[in-house]
Parts: sequence; structure tokens; C-alpha cells
Amino acid sequence: MQPQSQQYLVEFDRLEKSLNGMASSAVHMIRREAIARFSELGFPTTKHEEWRFTNVAPVARTPFEPVLQYDAQGVTAELVDHYSLGDSVGGLLVFINGHWSKEYSRLSSLPGGVMIESLASAMRTKGELVNGHLSRYVRFAEHSFAALNTAFMQDGLFIHLSDGTTLEEPLHVLYIAAGSTGGFMASPRNLVVMGKNSRLSLAETYVGVAQAPYLTNAVSEVVVGEDSILEHDKLQIESNQAYHVGLTVIHQDGRSNVTSNAISLGGQLVRNEVTVVFAAEGSESTLNGLSVATGKQLVDNHTTIDHAHPKCASHELYKSILDGNARGVFNGKIYVRPDAQQTDARQTNKTLLLSDDAVVNTKPQLEIFADDVKCTHGATVGQLDEEQVFYMRSRGIGEQAARDLLTYAFASDVAGRVHIAPLREQLDALLHARLREGRIVKDI
Amino acid sequence: MLEIKNLHAAVGGKEILHGVNLAVNPGEVHAIMGPNGSGKSTLAGVLAGRESYVVTEGEVTYLGKNLLEMAPEDRAREGIFLAFQYPVEIPGVTNTYFLKAGLNAVRKHRGQEELDAVEFLGLVKQKLRLVDMDPALLNRPVNEGFSGGEKKRNEIFQMAILEPKLAILDETDSGLDIDALRIVADGVNKLRSKDNAVVVVTHYQRLLNYIVPDKVHVLVDGRIAKSGGKGLALELEEKGYDWIKDEIGTASVNG
Repeated sequence: MQPQSQQYLVEFDRLEKSLNGMASSAVHMIRREAIARFSELGFPTTKHEEWRFTNVAPVARTPFEPVLQYDAQGVTAELVDHYSLGDSVGGLLVFINGHWSKEYSRLSSLPGGVMIESLASAMRTKGELVNGHLSRYVRFAEHSFAALNTAFMQDGLFIHLSDGTTLEEPLHVLYIAAGSTGGFMASPRNLVVMGKNSRLSLAETYVGVAQAPYLTNAVSEVVVGEDSILEHDKLQIESNQAYHVGLTVIHQDGRSNVTSNAISLGGQLVRNEVTVVFAAEGSESTLNGLSVATGKQLVDNHTTIDHAHPKCASHELYKSILDGNARGVFNGKIYVRPDAQQTDARQTNKTLLLSDDAVVNTKPQLEIFADDVKCTHGATVGQLDEEQVFYMRSRGIGEQAARDLLTYAFASDVAGRVHIAPLREQLDALLHARLREGRIVKDI
Repeated sequence: MLEIKNLHAAVGGKEILHGVNLAVNPGEVHAIMGPNGSGKSTLAGVLAGRESYVVTEGEVTYLGKNLLEMAPEDRAREGIFLAFQYPVEIPGVTNTYFLKAGLNAVRKHRGQEELDAVEFLGLVKQKLRLVDMDPALLNRPVNEGFSGGEKKRNEIFQMAILEPKLAILDETDSGLDIDALRIVADGVNKLRSKDNAVVVVTHYQRLLNYIVPDKVHVLVDGRIAKSGGKGLALELEEKGYDWIKDEIGTASVNG
């Protein structure tokens, strides 16, 4: 066992003691299994193939304290307002350091067949529904951070849509990391179960106001039923001290459709993992990603698409803009299993390097065991096109403004796909603020 | 307006211009002709401020200022416009957005109010007619997927919006059919006034049927070998460039 894992075993005992009576629940059995697995695995090192370019030693050597109960940590209504999406969403769920905030969440009346609540509450009152899905899709046996999240899973988002239900308005989930001294680990655990022929639009914002190192270790399990449609946006704007590890597993039943946009702007070390499993025929999944990093930020995007059944289509477009000494990692796995004929899998990764010291490691990884398939992948790494810069300058546009405009154009390709308009506007403002002469670009 | 004295310029360490002299006054149209490789496009690029072109000797004065010390954007703001031989495609930036950014930078420099969206649209509509351009091209990314003719028309459209004092057309006629050529030339002619000047860089005399020059210069091997009136262009069309090469006694001109 790694010595640094020891601390989490002690914390696990503390959690167990706080459970009173619930320590024999089915959920807690999973937690026990997970902490045992975590103590065997420890934190990954760069010798681990999946973590070759992402050194989590700083995370491993910091004894982060799991947040075991809700504390508003000085979060104000103004702060929540600032990041909320106003009236354009049907509901806002706020989590502070991984725990549901009753005081800041609001939900209008829900249609029949729709359950939206905190996972903590669902564990208490909807045990059967929760146990049927929780930890069924994430394989923590092979993943330290997933094991760690599972060991400490207490709260997060719970959505259950019955067959044939549609949530008309988008739902916004705001995860706030707060606490001036940092040093904590938030472990939000989300479970979204969509029945047959259901429809949902979900936006997530991860924001950090803690100005000292902390760890967000999030896991989401999403089940998309037959003929269902899921639109998903994730905006990660944690503080520049944050470590953010996010794992999302999407399990798609037949003829379902998922579009997910993951935008990553914050954090000092960020790992986004998305796994899509096509569990039946005829589904489609579109994953788009945009990372903007500078200074010493590291942003790692790992995707896995498991074409386990025939006639499914996956489209991936991941873009990164790296400035300063920032580092980017992209690893895109596509498995096409022997039965998965007529698979259509496309993957594109594009990186724009704005400085000489920014680095990217990109790796497509296709394993194809069927013969009647279309699989394409492409990766480009480049700088701004000087001919384009000159063309703009020759029309009177200043050099930095020209560079900013071109950088913004590179980003807007993905940023423009964000489903929910106010979130898109927030993102636009953030992108403009990142550009050196963003004001000029914005005013045009 | 523009005075070029003994201009030497190199590209990639190789000197292309070997001492060009030229003076352009307000209200004039000058044609710069010459065989391929004579340095026509290099001259146009140096005037617009292309950074890969290094001036090794000589001077260029524009409206009394040292042009060579000015950044490309400052040249544009001071009224120089280069219509590109190969207009650049800019995916992700719409034509309108691009033009508005340029125009407002120029207006700000001139101490004029920046135009708001409505005023800008009014101006755009008025200028579109000038070059008979499809309005649908406005909301497309700059030059992306445009035909050759649409790209050249877009250059003249930009010129119409920016209202330069000195327009330099670099082989704007290349790749244009006769109808497009006429439209482009019409656009240029409508923008002519006693206060501005046009330098037309071309290989062929064809465009000069529509944009009638006051002066014609023949650039051979990086120098102006001969200057004359519009009749010189016709003479070149008829006799080619070889007789000029013979006249100046350079047998080794890059083809």
C-alpha cells in the first residue's frame, strides 16, 4: 500500500462511524469494496499507461480531507446567482463541496414520472431504484479515482425519468468548491437514469472559489434508455489551484442519442474521462471538447467509445488551446467489437499552440474487430496561421486583436455547440476574458 | 502620395527587387506590368508590410511618412489597401465580423465614431451593389469555399468598405472570366477620385482595357525597365516582354 493511501483509510473509518445504523446498507457494502480496492491500487503513477503524461503525484502526496457533510462554507446567494442560468432553466441544483445545498437549489414542480433530487435523499427513500444502477457502470476495480469516489460517495445528483417522460426545460447543476483553506476532497456522485423514449437536457458547471489546493473527484453514471435523447453540457471553471478529476460513464440503450460538450477552462491539473458504451443497436453519440489552458495548467481528456453492438455512430471533436507552459493530453480509445458491424466512428483532435513552451500529447487508439465499419481519426497540432494574421492586419486589425480573433474562432467551433444559450453566453464572456484583447473581439 | 526610391528587397535571403523607383500622385492610376518572377508581387507585398519581405536598401515615403517603419495594420489605417493575389480563407470568422473589425479599427484611427451594427449593415448593403456580390457570402467564413471570382470580388468589396487612399491590386485579374473582370474593374473605377490612387499589378493588358491607367511601368528583373502611357500596355500585349529585355540588355531574366 502506498503510504499516502493510508490517510484515506482513516477517513473512511470516520465516515463509517458517522453512518449510525446505515453501515450495513447495500450502498455501504459497495463503499467498503471500493476503499479496499483503492488501498490496493493506490494513486496511479506515470508508469501506468493510462496516466503516462499526467503526473498525479501532487494529488497523491496531499492528504485531502473528504468532505463528509454539508457546510455552506460562506457561499452567498450572489455567488450562486452569478453562475446560475436564470429563468432559462427549469431547475437549479447546487452542491457545495459535493453535498446538496437545500438553501440554494430550486426546482419548479416536476411532471409525473420525473424524479430529481440529491443522491443522499434517493439513497434513503428510493433504495431499490438506486441500488439497481449505482456503481453498475463504473468499473472502479481498474480505476483508483473511481474507487476513491465510490468509497466516499454520499451525495450528488439523482435523476430518474420514467418511460416516455420529457423534461421540457433544461436542468442546471452547479458544483461549488468553497472553503478558504482548501485541503478538502469533494466527491460528487451523480446517477442519471433515463427510461425508454425520454428526453433530458442537462448542464453542469464546476466552479471553485477556494484559493488553496483542493480536489474535486467526480463520478457520473448515466443510463440512456431506448429511443431517448440526452443533451449534456459541462463547463469546468474550477479555481486555478484546483485538481479536478471527472469520470462520466454513459450507457446507451438502442436507438438513443447523446450529445455532450465538455468545456475545461479552470484547474491546475484536470483529467476528464468520458466512456460511452453502446449497449444495443442503432445509437449515436457526439462528444465535443474544448480545453483552454495557460500558465502551468495541465488538461487531460481521455475518451473511450465502446462499439459493442452494430449500427452505432460516434463523433468526437476535441480542441485545445494551450498558452504559456500549459500541457494538454488527448487519448481517444475506440473499440469496435466483432459483432459491431456498420459502426461509424469518427474522431478529431485539434490543438492550437500559442506559445513555444506549450506541449500536447495526443494519441488515438483504435481497436477494430469488425470488418464492415467506417472509422476515421485525425489529429492536428499547429500555431496560428501567419498568412491569416497578415491578411487581418492588412485590413487594419491590430496584430494582437487578429491573433485573438483567430484563437476565438478556433474555440467557437466547439463553444458554439453548447446547447443552453445563457451557458453559451457565459462561456463566450469567459473566452473573451482569456484573450489578451478580448474586449476588442467582443465589441466587434 | 507614394514615393519609392531605390528599393531593394529580399525574400528568403534572395534579393528580388534591385532598386525600384516610382512616384504615384493622388488621382493617378499606375499599372505595374512584367513577366513572371520580375518582382511585381514582391513590390506589392513590401508596400503592404509583408514581414517575410526584407527591405535591404532604399526608402518608401507615403503621405510624407516613412512607410517602411509602419506596421501592416497602421498602413491599412493610414489608407493603404492591398487586394491579395490569393485571398486568405479564415474558417470560423464571418466576412461581416472580419470587415467590421477592420473598418472600426480604421475609423478609430481616423478619429471617427465606430459604426454600430445597424449603421454597418447599411454601409454593407450600399457597397454590395457596387461589386454585385451575393449577400449570402457575408455570413460565410471569410473566403472559405468561395470560388476564385467570389474571392476577388470580396477583395474589391472590402476595398469599397475601407475606402483606401492608395489601393494596390495584386494580379486581381488572374483567374477571372471576362464578366467577373468587368465587375471587378467597375468596382475599382467607381472608387476612383482625384484624391486617391490605384496601383494595378498585372501580367496581362486585359484588365487595363477596363481600368485605364495614367502610367504603365514594366518591371523586369527587379527594376523598372520602362515607363510610358497606356499605349505601352498595348505594345506589350502585342510584342510580349522580350523586346524590353533586349532593350535593357539582360539576357538572363527569370522566366
